[in-house]
Amino acid sequence: MAKGITVIDKERCKGCGLCISACPFGVLGFSDEHNSSGYNVATAVAPEQCTGCTICAQICPDVAIEVYRKEKAESKEAA
Amino acid sequence: MSPAETTIPQGYGKVFSRPQSLSDAPTTYCPGCLHGVATRLIAEVIDELGIKDRTVGIAPVGCAVFLYRFYNLDFVQASHGRACAVATGLKRANSDLMVFSYQGDGDLAAIGTAETVHAANRGENFTVVFINNQIYGMTGGEMAPTTLPGQRTTTTPRGRDVASTGYPLRISEMLAQLDGPRYITRQSLHDAPHIAKSRKALLTAFSNQLEGKGFSMVELVAACPTNFKMSPDKANKWLVEQALPAYPLGDLKVKE
Repeated sequence: MAKGITVIDKERCKGCGLCISACPFGVLGFSDEHNSSGYNVATAVAPEQCTGCTICAQICPDVAIEVYRKEKAESKEAA
Repeated sequence: MSPAETTIPQGYGKVFSRPQSLSDAPTTYCPGCLHGVATRLIAEVIDELGIKDRTVGIAPVGCAVFLYRFYNLDFVQASHGRACAVATGLKRANSDLMVFSYQGDGDLAAIGTAETVHAANRGENFTVVFINNQIYGMTGGEMAPTTLPGQRTTTTPRGRDVASTGYPLRISEMLAQLDGPRYITRQSLHDAPHIAKSRKALLTAFSNQLEGKGFSMVELVAACPTNFKMSPDKANKWLVEQALPAYPLGDLKVKE
């Protein structure tokens, strides 16, 4: 399992692509979907690479991204 | 995938979500507009300081004119450029309120220059957030006082000619030389490390007001992809290459 999970609210996303170029691990990309406003929304195309660093959420002008990170105790057990 | 539809596996903790001070309303900003980042940062700072119930914002005229829809806060809509005058009245009438104004460069640096300079000079105890995107966004991309020399806008189609329209107005430097203001800083919103610095600056500015220390202004340099006629990514690159040399970042005044 990836260290982090990004959840993008596709109705909030305006498809500006800032999160896609900001992500240092290439997790995000454009999906084939368009939302009800007609924007081509971003999605996690390589979710297994996500570390939960929140850079995408920091740059998102529409606060459309929520980030979850594996809790430390859990990851030790998993390792 | 919307947050409500997604199930998060056990063992994951939420590390980033919408601040409580933001409402559920979608912003009316264009895609890729850094106004949205500034709006979120203010909400985060208000949440962190726990001042949501006594904060009153002053909405400007410009792209952020619907600011009162985006926050779960009380708001006053000021006439174009008059936010600092309205803030002065609010703060003097009720000093328990936390008052902040949110203004663009057309609002603060053009029509509202007098109100801003005098509020700063009096050292009024409120916080000003100044978004400098070097253009009039809402009205269609006309030249602002902060437009760079040679920059093309709809009113300077051959580039800003300094011989007839003057030079970029550096409001922060102007205010920093006054004795009144407590804290004047300029930060940028083009990438995550600079956004973190901007957040810290906003936290200082709001804390100053909480402690009754006086006038604080945070200038946030941002891009306007729509009116620059660039993709959001390219606009941010342009910001780093062209705008930041003209608007150097950092604290311009910190009065102890």
